[in-house]
Amino acid sequence: MSEIVISFFLILGAIFMLLGAVAIIRLPDAYTRINAATKASTFGVIGTMIGLFLYFGYAHDIVSGKILLTILFVFITAPIGGFMMARSAYHAGVKLSDKSIRDDLKDDMKNK
Amino acid sequence: MPLQILLNLSLALIWMLLSSDFSFSTFFVGYVIGLAFLYLFRSFLHFNLYFTKIIAFAKLVLVFIKEMILANINVAKIVLSPKIKAKPGIIAYPTELSSDLEVTLLASLITLTPGTLVMSFSDDQKTLYVHTLDIDSKEEVIRSIKLTFEKGIMEVTD
Repeated sequence: MSEIVISFFLILGAIFMLLGAVAIIRLPDAYTRINAATKASTFGVIGTMIGLFLYFGYAHDIVSGKILLTILFVFITAPIGGFMMARSAYHAGVKLSDKSIRDDLKDDMKNK
Repeated sequence: MPLQILLNLSLALIWMLLSSDFSFSTFFVGYVIGLAFLYLFRSFLHFNLYFTKIIAFAKLVLVFIKEMILANINVAKIVLSPKIKAKPGIIAYPTELSSDLEVTLLASLITLTPGTLVMSFSDDQKTLYVHTLDIDSKEEVIRSIKLTFEKGIMEVTD
């Protein structure tokens, strides 16, 4: 039973990473790619870490705090990384893809 | 509130010493038992706050997990569809939250949800610019963020 649960989380993590990789290739512009890359890797790491945590808990009877801390730190740092990349890309003048339908930020930048 | 947490931590420590087993799991069990005792004695000790906040925080986490799963499915659909029909764009999101901590928390939660990404803040911190992977209507996106994350954060910090 425990093996099934552990493999479920590991596979879930792997699927997220795969989705992220596919998304980076397929999505149209820098911003949507940042979106995919930061999120998919976050959930990939978290899925694998939960699997690892359960594995140590079941198989070796170790409650590993380090793994839980990894999840916490990934959760704290990933949004900041994504935010900084998107913001600097916009300020450096990277264009949105021509499929985009709104750009509220442009008006704000013009008003300054 | 700091006093309650201190009390709870010392109860956990006492539990750990009494069972003479110095591991994290014993400490955790002690903490939960301490929390239960604090809950039982809440009317004598005049506190309510600490628990309601913890419950509100747990609710926020649950709402976040739910939103995350739904958004993940949506994004997976977009990415794996044969022809990408998503309409990305940047939306100005007006927030009612005021303190730095609240706005930071909201921005982090929005960014962590797949498909949305906070790109910039206005100078008065009242507007967040959110890059969204697929916009049906601007109002719909704003309403869903307002009803889930902003409401949850308000309950935790007010």
